[in-house]
Amino acid sequence: MSKKTSYQLMQGNEAVAAGALAAGVDFFAGYPITPSTEIAEILADRLPENGGKFIQMEDEIGSIAAIIGAAIGGRKALTATSGPGFSLMQENLGFACLAEIPIVIVNVMRAGPSTGLPTSPSQGDVMQARWGTHGDHPIIVLTPSSVEEAFSYTVKAVNFSEKYRNPVIVLMDEVIGHMRARVSLPPAAMIERINRVRPNMPPEWYQPYERSASGVAPMASFGDGYRYHITGLVHDTKGFPTANPNEARDNIRGLFAKIERGFREVCLVDYELMEDAEHAILAYGSMVLSARSALEDLRQAGLKVGLIKLGTLWPFPRFALEHYLPQLKTIIVPELNMGQIYREVLRVNAGKAVIEKINRVNGTIITPDEIVKTVKGIVR
Amino acid sequence: MISNSQLVNKYFRHSKKFPHIWCPGCGIGTILGNMLRAIDALELDKNEIAFVSGIGCTGRAPVYVDFNTLHTTHGRALPFATGLKLARPELKVIVATGDGDSTAIGGNHLIHACRRNIDITTIIFNNYIYGMTGGQYSPTTPHGDRAYTCKLGNIERPFNISALVEAAGATFVGRTTSYHTLQMQNIIKKAIQHKGFSVVEVITHCPTTYGRLNRKGGAVEMLRWQKEVAVEKSRAEKMSPEELEGRIITGVLIEKELPEFCEQYDTIITRAQNQTRGKLS
Repeated sequence: MSKKTSYQLMQGNEAVAAGALAAGVDFFAGYPITPSTEIAEILADRLPENGGKFIQMEDEIGSIAAIIGAAIGGRKALTATSGPGFSLMQENLGFACLAEIPIVIVNVMRAGPSTGLPTSPSQGDVMQARWGTHGDHPIIVLTPSSVEEAFSYTVKAVNFSEKYRNPVIVLMDEVIGHMRARVSLPPAAMIERINRVRPNMPPEWYQPYERSASGVAPMASFGDGYRYHITGLVHDTKGFPTANPNEARDNIRGLFAKIERGFREVCLVDYELMEDAEHAILAYGSMVLSARSALEDLRQAGLKVGLIKLGTLWPFPRFALEHYLPQLKTIIVPELNMGQIYREVLRVNAGKAVIEKINRVNGTIITPDEIVKTVKGIVR
Repeated sequence: MISNSQLVNKYFRHSKKFPHIWCPGCGIGTILGNMLRAIDALELDKNEIAFVSGIGCTGRAPVYVDFNTLHTTHGRALPFATGLKLARPELKVIVATGDGDSTAIGGNHLIHACRRNIDITTIIFNNYIYGMTGGQYSPTTPHGDRAYTCKLGNIERPFNISALVEAAGATFVGRTTSYHTLQMQNIIKKAIQHKGFSVVEVITHCPTTYGRLNRKGGAVEMLRWQKEVAVEKSRAEKMSPEELEGRIITGVLIEKELPEFCEQYDTIITRAQNQTRGKLS
């Protein structure tokens, strides 16, 4: 390419804000909380410059409520928070799942539970992101492991939320959020923007929850002439509350079906040195950085170790594991929690390979050396 | 004025399965009906009205009427409405909420919406009790009165909602009762026309729980009580504190002009864009 690539020094949280703008986000509501606040500060400046809207709400309950309201008004809306705020958002996250409102929540994780270790790194919210709100619901959770991915995954999160009419969570380590790196971001014209499908039928024919062939119903904005009802109650295809068992079944199963249909697309997975690998490190977020570094040492020592890097945590990309299981003797899962993805790996593995976990919950990270030591200890 | 059958034909959802969920004698239908009469008198376009609610008996109001309707989570109608209004300032956003929904679980959102002065009309249906869950005491249950969670009498002091929202900065506050239907229509009309955050507190009755537990009689007796205790503001001003004891002051209590949130945000957009252009040139 003749065109010169331009580089910039950027923080993970800055990259999230840049990704949001690149994806067409034009509404942000939030409440200050470390280590995510930079995202709010940057968007408070940048959104009005582009005609977008920013509002600081009274708490995180109000923040997620406001972005849902804005999305119903036709905006692409995002909020950013950390553990304590994410806990407060669970109630309305469930509303957005059931009412099928496209929103994006960025959770820059800090060590918990409760106020925890502000604001040391942690990956403790993995299961909360999956099951934090009550009731059966599908969710998409992406987790970047570099500053560049903080940008590109935020774009993807916005696009997936629009395409599937479902909340998407960007679950980011504090390490990635506050890390600065030299990045080259793609020009605006190169960025794919997906917009929700809107109805094109006359309003009297419109049924807001009548799924099209894609499994997703077209979504009208309030004020566009399609007067309809949105509720957090289980509803029929017209959006009206129902207690009819068949309609209730169709409502809830429809939520799962649309995400199952998009399963391969929303599962972001990368493999490094896996072709001849007999052992694999399965990592996500900041643990990818430690694993990658450990990988060099281990390969130099003659050990056939590879890396399975999860960019999507939920739905769990089981195929990534299943594909390599026949050739693997050992899988090592380093996590900054007590083993939340480890259990998923155990489930998919079903007794085939030896699974080892490395856990850390004291606010520090797992270093490459520790991974090297653990792997050597197990493999020899 | 629009007749009842015209009202039903014009504003109710014919494809929705009726009957409604409210008990016989409930005051919510009266308030909803008079809200619709106020909207009809203002000749508002149905496409431009967003009707938002939380949870509880009042929360069920939007589903029956033919607007853009949003039935949210408990206590959260106002932040949903805030996001919607800021996203689409051309919409007329009306919130229906009960006393528990707006002043207990949603109390924080209520005071901040008042403070922000965003152009939303909030109608608070105050029946002194949690009706949908079967009659537990709410933040407006009078001291000494009974509910199923205070059978020996309420030891908490109630909120005066109109005073609360006035203190929090609402720029329009009106109070009426479900007996005073013409006054209710007029106040709701003014509240919708008001530029800024407006609150209409409607004192209403729940004969099924509050009325039965406190021996207030049926709906007719409770309406008669509303008629007897209500004092219009202009008359109340001439009365002594002793005379006002136990009375409810009604009418437009507060009406003032202050900068509205969405309009102010538009000036922020203009200033931010001018700054950027300045940087580029």
